[in-house]
This record gives sequence, C-alpha cells and structure tokens, in this order.
Amino acid sequence: MKLIQVKNVSKEYRTGEITVKALRGVSFEIERASFVSFVGPSGSGKTTILNLIGCLDKPTEGELKVSGTDVAGLSRKESAAFRGKHIGFIFQDFNLMPVLTVYENIEYPLLMVQSLPSTERKDRVEKLLEEVGMADQKNKYPDQISGGQKQRVAVARALVTNPELVLADEPTANLDSETAYAVINLMKKMKDGFGTTFVFSTHDQKIVGEAEIVYFLADGKLVDEKVKGGKNGQPV
Amino acid sequence: MGNLFKISVRNLFRYKRRTFLTTSLIAFGVIFVLGYTSISGSFKNMMIGQVTDSMIGHLQVHRKGYVASIENLPLNMNLNPQAARKVESLLKLQPEVEDYSPRIKFGGMFSTFVETTNIRLNGVYPEKEFKTIPLLSSRITDGRKTLHRGEILIPELLARGMKAKIGDMIVIVATNQDGSVNGKQFEIAGILESATGPGGRDGYIHIEDAMEVLRMEEMEISEVAIRIKDFGQVETFTRKLDGLLSGEVNRQGARSLEVHSWQQLSPFYNIARMIDMMTIFIQLMLIAVVLISIMNVMIMAVYERIREIGTIAAIGTLPMKILSMFLMEGLCLGVIGTVIGNVIGMVIIFILNVSGWVTFDFGRQKGLVLSPTVDPVNMLVVSAIVIFVSVFASLQPALKASRMDPIQALRHV
Ligand SMILES: Nc1ncnc2c1ncn2[C@@H]1O[C@H](COP(=O)(O)OP(=O)(O)O)[C@@H](O)[C@H]1O
Ligand SMILES: [Mg+2]
Repeated sequence: MKLIQVKNVSKEYRTGEITVKALRGVSFEIERASFVSFVGPSGSGKTTILNLIGCLDKPTEGELKVSGTDVAGLSRKESAAFRGKHIGFIFQDFNLMPVLTVYENIEYPLLMVQSLPSTERKDRVEKLLEEVGMADQKNKYPDQISGGQKQRVAVARALVTNPELVLADEPTANLDSETAYAVINLMKKMKDGFGTTFVFSTHDQKIVGEAEIVYFLADGKLVDEKVKGGKNGQPV
Repeated sequence: MGNLFKISVRNLFRYKRRTFLTTSLIAFGVIFVLGYTSISGSFKNMMIGQVTDSMIGHLQVHRKGYVASIENLPLNMNLNPQAARKVESLLKLQPEVEDYSPRIKFGGMFSTFVETTNIRLNGVYPEKEFKTIPLLSSRITDGRKTLHRGEILIPELLARGMKAKIGDMIVIVATNQDGSVNGKQFEIAGILESATGPGGRDGYIHIEDAMEVLRMEEMEISEVAIRIKDFGQVETFTRKLDGLLSGEVNRQGARSLEVHSWQQLSPFYNIARMIDMMTIFIQLMLIAVVLISIMNVMIMAVYERIREIGTIAAIGTLPMKILSMFLMEGLCLGVIGTVIGNVIGMVIIFILNVSGWVTFDFGRQKGLVLSPTVDPVNMLVVSAIVIFVSVFASLQPALKASRMDPIQALRHV
C-alpha cells in the first residue's frame, strides 16, 4: 500500500463572490520512505496540496488517503489526533515555541501530543539532538540560535514522534542557500536513517535537485514529474 | 499537568509587565476586600457585642406577647412562678448556657423629695445579671459589680435631669398589677451610662426589692436574659430552646412562652445585615475587577500567540490541551494575585491591630478601638471566588484558541 494516494483532488476557496481554484484535479501516489518535492511558482498550489496531505484541510473533490486512512472523512479532533500520530511538520518560519528551550521544543510533541514515559522521552530527544547536531545547544532558547539551527530543531521536533510522513512547506525559504542545502541534506539523512517519507515544497530550483521525485505544479495542476536518475520530463 | 503549568508560567514571564499589572490589580482587589471585610466584620462584631453585652443578652425568654407590648412593661404579662421555675430548671441543664438572669421589669415614679419623674426599672439578681451582661459593670460610674438590697442604679440622663448624686436617698413608687400603689426608699449606688438600644436607659434594683415594691408574694418575672458560651451558636440555641419550651401551653392550648434571639430584639440587627450586604457588594466588585482584567489579558495573550496556537494545533495538540493551556494561564494569574493579596492584606490587618489606629464611637461609647481580625473561612471563600473567576474569565479566550483553524492561524501575521 502506498503511503499517500491522491486521486482527482480539487480544492476551491470561496471568499464571498470569488471562487479560487487552487487545485484542479490532481492525482499522484507517494511511496513510503521517499523524498519528494513539489515545485512551482507562487500561487501554484503547493501549500494547498501539503495542507491536504497534512490533514489540515479537506479537498473539495476527489479521494485522499494517507497511510490507508481516508483523511477527508475525519473530524476536527480525529484529524488532530491523526496528525499527532502519523505526521510531522516543518514550517517556513521554523515556528518553535519561544518559551521553550531547544530540548523542550523537541520534547513538546512527546508530552503534549503523545504521552510517553519520561525515560523513553529523554532517550528519543537526546538521540535526535545528536542526529541534528544540536546537543550542545539544547538549553538555549529559540531566540538565542540561528535560523539554520532553528530549522534543525524543527526537523528534530517533526521526527521525535516517529511519524511515517514529514511535511515541510518551503522549509528553506528563510535560509541562505548554504544553510538551505544543509537543512535539506539533514532531512535526507533522516529519511535514510529513519525510513520516514519527506514531502517538501519549494520554489528554489537549486534545492529541487536534492529530491528523488519532483512534482511540478502550475495553476493548480501537475504539469511534470521528474524522478532522479531516471526518465526526466515524463508528463503526468 | 506539570508541563502545562511550566508553559503557562513561562508565558506569563514572557510578558512581565502585563503579568505584573494584572496580578497587582487582583492582589489590590483582594487586599481591599480582605481589609474591608475584616474591618467591617469586626465593627459589626463589636457593635453586636455592645448591644448584647450591655443590656439585651444573647437571647431572652418571655411570656407570649410580652415583647410585642414591651414599651408598656405590662406586669400582667409576666411569667407565672411555675413557668419561670420551668424555664430556669431547663436552662440549668443546657450545656450551651453560660449564665442567665431573670428580671422583673416595671415602670414607676422616681422621686428625690424635690422632684418626681418616670423611671423604668429592672429588678435583678445582681450576680446573675453581671455575669449575663458582662459590660454592665463598665457602664456604672465606678465600675462596681455589686448591687445590694436597698440600692439603686439610675441612668445618667435621669441623674443629670434630677440632679441626683451617688449616696442620695430617693423613693420609687409603683402601681402593681392589682392597682395598689406602694413606695420604697433606695440609696443611689451608681450612675449608669446609657447603652444604645432598647432598655439602655433603664435603672436597676435588687429583684427582691422589686417584689417588695410590687407587693408580689411569689416571684413573677418579666423576662429571662440568657448568655451562651459560643455566640456563633445563638440561632441554633434559640431554635433549640424554642423547641424545648414549645410544650408550655396555656389553658387554651396555645403556646405560653416565646424565645427571641438578640436579632429579633434589637434594631441593630438590621445594621449588621446592612454591613453584610455591603460586604457582598464589595466582593461583587472584586469579581468584576478580576473578570475584566483576566479576560482582557487572556484575549491579548490569545491574539498575540495565534501563530503559536496554529503551530501546536498543526502538530496535533488536541483542542482540549490548548484549552487547558490557556485556562492554566488564567488560573496562575488568579492564584499569584490571590496569594500576594492575602499576604499583604494580612500584614496590613496585623499592622492595624498592633497600632490601634482604627477607633470609632458607638452611641455614647467613645474611642472604641477596633481590632480587625481575618476570618479564615472568609479568606478562603474570597480566594476561591477569585481563582474560580480567573479561570472562568479565561474560558472564552481559551475556547477561541482551542477552536482555531490551524491553517488560518499559521497564516496570521
Ligand atoms: N484560504 C484561502 N482563501 C482563498 N484563496 C486561497 C486560500 N489559500 C490559498 N488560496 C489561493 O489558492 C491558490 C494556491 O495557493 P497556495 O497553495 O498557497 O500556493 P503556493 O503555496 O504554491 O504559493 C492561490 O491563488 C491562493 O491565492
Ligand atoms: Mg505556499
């Protein structure tokens, strides 16, 4: 079974009289343990598609399954529980809790989303701190570390619950290109190490090269798909 | 739980000034309420003490109907001897009773051989009366605690008006129930300061002298004033005694005795109630202050942290958890304010007590020093109300936070 199955999904936003078609009949499937990127200009629907996969929003039409669950049918509370169990999130603006230290930010999902016994919690947090190279900064607060470091912490926070899927909407948009590469490579390393599927969006062509599979979006439609080391430019 | 607490406290420290202002406001309110209730409460208690301990006693037993016509001091409504004995033997058995004092009340003429006027008199057993009415001796010019046969204590207004002095011989003339007039000579043994309230301007003689003046063969007392050990039990004991005496009936089968607590006998009960009402009103104002300030600060807290709320909601924090997080913050604000308020309030009350700054006059009693005390039950109730209101005031903003759509919240700038 594929991790993500998207069939003929459309999404419309209605604001008063105006209806915006953010997605127009998109279909694709994503395997477990893959490293996938959605690329396209601003307004092409990248965020919309990530929100749908991430159970933050519901499609207007079409079928959407994550880990075999028809997520379109979940209630608000069920969606929240589903996200907490299956999905990790990385944000463009890092979105760490300013009142919590690096360590506590990573620990947060284990305390507030999944309740884990304290020894196991400590082991996991310490391990991820090592993995993302932030062990020596663990007692600092977010405003005491750099953007690249914040995003490393965010990667650790997204992975701490052992999710099957990590979604990252433009995770490098606020980073310089060197740091951006470092963060993408960190994500890749995590994917290899934990077998987690990473799906991220970007409009940065340089970063795209790091993805194994790239979906090109324009005007709410998938216009191209590229598989690394394989048949490029195969239309969908 | 501990974690929610940690996050809440850190968030409160994040906005130090706002937290400081809000908790100070709550603390100030608590101090004010505590101070007000303890001062007004001790004023009330002192006033009640004055009322009960200088004349009325805690409760009284009369023949049915006597209280309604007490202005006339009707001799034909006195208790008959068996009824009086029955009441006394009953009172002796009650462990709650500190002491009681039977009185014969009557009106008569007071004559200095030069001038004559009216006087209202209580015939009492001095030892019993002084024990039942502990402030009585402090009302007497020389603070004496005795009254012998042939002696009279007269109210000061009468003494002044009649130019009567201690040691003077005077005559009391009274008409008894059968209409026969009798007189007896007394020596003025003391002048009584007026007490505020009914009976506060009555004179005193020995009960046996009263019997003699009224030519009673058997003692027919008008009332029994009772002092109980625990003033807090007045109402309970009044009901108990009323129940015990309910068996006393007259020939028609109607009840022949009635029991009244001081509340029913003194108009000051209404003032005491007014003080209680004002205390409640002040507490309502405190509730309003806490409600508005906490609600205000929590609405701001939610508004400022929309993106954070979006983040934690997106990563799967359940709405209930988000709700508790903000309720916890309101709770912490309330608790901090209450604790500070209670501590400072108690210090202030302690200082007031030690310094004796708060004095007041009650009726003709001047310069009574108020000693405000904190009623721990009241303190707990006020604290509980403030803390409850703090949580309640956070409910609306917290609900708003918990219901936020993560996408909208994350897009908020
Ligand atoms: N909540 C919304 N209400 C109305 N229109 C929206 C909303 N979210 C996105 N859109 C519109 O949908 C389209 C796709 O947006 P989005 O998925 O954010 O694109 P991208 O992330 O690729 O920049 C855009 O035209 C955008 O204006
Ligand atoms: Mg976007």
